[in-house]
Amino acid sequence: MPAMRVRQAIATAIADEMRTDPTVIVFGEDIAEAEGPFKTTEGLLEEFGPVRVRDTPISEMAFTGAAVGAATMGLKPIVEIMFIEFLGVALDQLVTEGAKMRYLSNGQLSVPMVVRASVGGGLGFGGQHSQTLENWVAATPGLKVLAPSDAQSAYSLLRAAIQDPDPVVFLESRVTYAERGEVDTNLKMEIGKARVVKPGKDLTIVALGQMTNVARAAAETSGIDIEIIDLCTIVPWDKKTVLESVKKTGRLVVVEEQPESGGWGSEIVATVVAELFSDLKTVPIRITCPNVPVPYNGGLEARFLPNPVEVNYQIDQLMATGKAPQPWWTREGF
Amino acid sequence: MSKGLERRKAILSDPVAQFERAVEIREFENQINALFASGTIRGTTHLCLGQEALVIGMASVLRTDDPVSATYRSHGIALALGITPESAMGEIMGKAIGCCGGLGGSMHLCDIELGLLPTSAIIGGGMPIAAGAALAFQVQGNDRVAVALFGDGATNIGAFHETLNLAAIWKLPVVFICDNNVYAEYSRINLTTPIEDLHIRAESYAMPHFALDGMDIDAVREGVQSAVDRARSGGGPTLIEAKTYRFAGHSRADQALYRPEGELDSWKSRDPLLLLEERVKKSGKMTDSEIAELKVRKAKEIEATVALCQAAPEPTTKTMFENIWSRKVSQ
Repeated sequence: MPAMRVRQAIATAIADEMRTDPTVIVFGEDIAEAEGPFKTTEGLLEEFGPVRVRDTPISEMAFTGAAVGAATMGLKPIVEIMFIEFLGVALDQLVTEGAKMRYLSNGQLSVPMVVRASVGGGLGFGGQHSQTLENWVAATPGLKVLAPSDAQSAYSLLRAAIQDPDPVVFLESRVTYAERGEVDTNLKMEIGKARVVKPGKDLTIVALGQMTNVARAAAETSGIDIEIIDLCTIVPWDKKTVLESVKKTGRLVVVEEQPESGGWGSEIVATVVAELFSDLKTVPIRITCPNVPVPYNGGLEARFLPNPVEVNYQIDQLMATGKAPQPWWTREGF
Repeated sequence: MSKGLERRKAILSDPVAQFERAVEIREFENQINALFASGTIRGTTHLCLGQEALVIGMASVLRTDDPVSATYRSHGIALALGITPESAMGEIMGKAIGCCGGLGGSMHLCDIELGLLPTSAIIGGGMPIAAGAALAFQVQGNDRVAVALFGDGATNIGAFHETLNLAAIWKLPVVFICDNNVYAEYSRINLTTPIEDLHIRAESYAMPHFALDGMDIDAVREGVQSAVDRARSGGGPTLIEAKTYRFAGHSRADQALYRPEGELDSWKSRDPLLLLEERVKKSGKMTDSEIAELKVRKAKEIEATVALCQAAPEPTTKTMFENIWSRKVSQ
């Protein structure tokens, strides 16, 4: 199996789909000639040419909407939103037009498109280039929302997303682009299926994107036998895998790169409480970011993001007391 | 051939059928207005009274595989493209027989067979989608053309400018038709826009552009045809500004009391229905008595459509859970 960086896995997945399906096209800002600001579209223009691989003006609204329109007419467009925040000016086209096309055509239209966006903190991009913002799209029926965490899931999930007949939002942790991993290009991953990336019997962590790595690092130094689930798909999320795991361990910790309010982890906790109330040994908890914008300063940004030390502190407290520990900002009086 | 396709074919070149369709749209809109006013239909509605020549003229020169991305002022364009009165009115009443199964309502009509994409209730929202449809045709290498129909208010929203720019640099086979009916919602265009001739905005995108008389179906047909021909032959996009006038208010709640005195009457002297009537009379295609008979017949037909739609079944609860995704996924 070849080892590749996450950004190469993404470019390879797009290329493999473009080779097998002539209706796949890709466009976005600086993705053709420059091969992408994060080199996630390397080699595509050269192999597939300027009809199928296009640079766009800085016009997220127009090109996201153009993807919707092209998808209704038989293409499978992939668009790249350089930073997820730039989706703000295109939300109308994705949320109000694209996500409703099938419903408001009474099933006459499908919208097989993928919106790829880089997300997340850790690189010092500041308050307007470091958010994850899954909740912008997760609350819109009609969209599917995916987030890979490594090279294999980036490759396999992106292929699944491109093949899917519905609009998919594909959220790539920017921090992981340079990370290497082995990729089996024959391995298929399904939308809506989570991965158990580390088995364990005492406690279940559900994580997403780069938080999967945080969970792994925490588990390595923890005295607890932790099972880690990489959720992979936020909508529709894999209830079966999560519920089976928590039924076994009796404990749930969700690790989210997202301010505390309105995060996807609340959905997981609510469902687990409703379905497994009597099986729970401790109260399910969420480890999140505080309700503040992402700070620029390196030390502050590192505190903002959930990290292995805080994850293990929370888990140890939970195991010791059975109660939900306070988040660090409450402990420190903020 | 489906009823819709037959209706479309009928108006392609026959002035009598074009006049008849205009009478139908006028009767339809008047009935819809009354049904909303009496509280029979819920929600809101946007009438196209006075703008019939534009939508019929457009529909008469487009192919059914040329998709149109239009707006919430949707009834006229839907009927012009061939959607049956019962399919449109059924939808406006939220019935299962409606073109969107009762899930859409007045602002969301759709029939892909006739080229009507789901109409958008967001100002300018349909413009990028038309450009995207045109992008698909360019990539596929076929000769289809996409059309965006939008109002004067849309020329002040970002989607308009972004889409014109994108269509121009990619030379997309798309025709942008601005229905300048003088009012953007409740505001006269001069209060919100520093220019009178909106089509000149295409100048900064190096895109061909012109205005036409939107009350005159022949002017509409000629202008739209020239833009469609350009797009179909690889010449890229065009911005057309059709000068029309909205005889009714913006939506159900709007009495349009803000109009300058005499403005409506002045435009009504060029009511497209009058012009279409003159056109069939002058050419000897219809007599006065035939015209009178036609109006009575159309009024009766639309009354019958109202009765049919009122008696039609409601959609089942199941339908609201369908067509979220291509396959049902339990969540």
